[in-house]
Amino acid sequence: MRSDRQQRSPLGLKIAAGVGLLFLHVPILLIFVYAFTTEERTYQWPPPGLTLQWFAVTWNRPDVWDALKLSVQVASISTAIALVLGTFCAAAVSGSKFFGREAISLLVILPIALPGIITGISLRSAFSLMEIPFSTWTIVLGHATFCVVVVYNNAVARFRRTSGSMVEASMDLGANAFQTFRYVILPNIGTALLAGGMLAFALSFDEVIVTTFTAGQQQTVPIWMLEELVRPRQRPVTNVVAMLVVIVTLLPILVAYYITRDGDQIAGMGK
Amino acid sequence: MTAAAITAQSGTPAILPARGGIVGALSDLFWRRPKFLLVLMLLPPVLWLGVVYLGSLLALLLQSFFSIDEFSGMINREFTLKTYGELLLQSNLDIIIRTVTMAALVTIASAFIAFPIAYYAARYARGKWKALFYLGVMLPLWSSYLVKVYAWKLILAKEGILTWLLEKLHLTWLLDAWLSLPIVGGNSLSVSFTGTFIVFVYVWMPFMILPIQAALERVPGNLIEASSDLGASPKQTFSNVIFPLALPGIVAGSIFTFSLTLGDYIIPQIIGNSQLFIGQAVFAHQGTAGNIPLAAAFTVVPIVVMGLYLWGAKRMGAFDAL
Repeated sequence: MRSDRQQRSPLGLKIAAGVGLLFLHVPILLIFVYAFTTEERTYQWPPPGLTLQWFAVTWNRPDVWDALKLSVQVASISTAIALVLGTFCAAAVSGSKFFGREAISLLVILPIALPGIITGISLRSAFSLMEIPFSTWTIVLGHATFCVVVVYNNAVARFRRTSGSMVEASMDLGANAFQTFRYVILPNIGTALLAGGMLAFALSFDEVIVTTFTAGQQQTVPIWMLEELVRPRQRPVTNVVAMLVVIVTLLPILVAYYITRDGDQIAGMGK
Repeated sequence: MTAAAITAQSGTPAILPARGGIVGALSDLFWRRPKFLLVLMLLPPVLWLGVVYLGSLLALLLQSFFSIDEFSGMINREFTLKTYGELLLQSNLDIIIRTVTMAALVTIASAFIAFPIAYYAARYARGKWKALFYLGVMLPLWSSYLVKVYAWKLILAKEGILTWLLEKLHLTWLLDAWLSLPIVGGNSLSVSFTGTFIVFVYVWMPFMILPIQAALERVPGNLIEASSDLGASPKQTFSNVIFPLALPGIVAGSIFTFSLTLGDYIIPQIIGNSQLFIGQAVFAHQGTAGNIPLAAAFTVVPIVVMGLYLWGAKRMGAFDAL
């Protein structure tokens, strides 16, 4: 952007930025150390010794596996729903101007603009009013609602850069609407959808605030962790699960970053 | 119906015959009536968000006008403002003031920590460093919320790394002095408002960086040159040119930090003392107490506060910086 010669940054700024980034990263790195500690009952630092045994213990815990299975299931279904709804909405909003367009983009953003607890408690009271029992689907209902916005943000940015004349050209050359979608639109928005889907998956996999209201007795991984945080039972297992959760959520983010880095910024802000 | 087939016919009519089959018919319909396609595409998301989300939101707001019968514990389904009156009780007002103050403090602290990072990333980082800064902000922002809270439980614990570090630096007296202060102090950092504050800042601060960075990147370089050409010192340039142009970015970021702190009930529950925040009050009233009307009335508070906040932010041009 700047045309002038590269200036050197002031030392104070460098230090402030560096300390700020350290503040963001050190706590997460600590989690990786604690996963190997031999200490069982306290959060003692420095760790008295290092061991791999807690990985084996965690591997043999059925409750961890059950939680993981439910989380993956919920995140997959919610992502699929969000992909369909988010793409439709983005296509409609970016393709034409119509009355109420602003209202629709507001409607999509609302579930993450308002605090999660509001979404959670309104869904819960709606379930109890309509006497819907808690199930995987009640969790999905909540997750898909706030995942739509992530897909929508990514897709809308890409639709804006995709020229409408390509669609017209495809139609002129005799392709029908479905062929145009398959061969012209989809290849253009594919990576944006993939990135949006990845972020939606990570968002759903990690969600706890809405989930506590919509899960009933079921445990997703974050609910399992919350339970351990409030009433610690076996701290080393929690340490290992925490480390695994960091890895599982970071991978999709990195992939999403690499597939969209050449284009527009991924719409990661405001989860 | 391929392109080759069309061009093969000489003297093709300007208007092609209708396509055969359901797919073709649908296709023609979409082209002739774009409104129909529009409605078809909008229907699923609007139905989902309108029914599932807005529907339950309105149902909740409606319940805030009901009241609970103190003796039977049953919900009395008649319109009343009594539940809103309960919000004005001293104990409930305390909760609201406490939460809003915390959200404001967290927002201010986040702006101070986020600004240098955003400033460096926007004006000095280039190429590989820029990508590194971006990932360096995105990764903590997207890492698991609970794991981040858990990490701070490890750090702030009495036997944890912070106490150890202060001991090595012979600064334990400083921590003890801070903890003996009223309000912000407590038995240990993990059961004090200071601890809650630190964790709030840690978890929500990354949301502040990217909007500020976006705003700073839009500051034209020649404005800064012009400012120094006209004799402004770097400090004057910063406070008269750069900062006012970055302000909408700060306000945009503060929407996130403020709103997210306002509704959080997990951080104060895990790291903090027993004094409630709005989120915890909502959780407690809807759960064991079964007082849905009061819980609903409590959720109206963040909605109203955020509404006012967004209105103010819009006037400052923050939405262009999002």
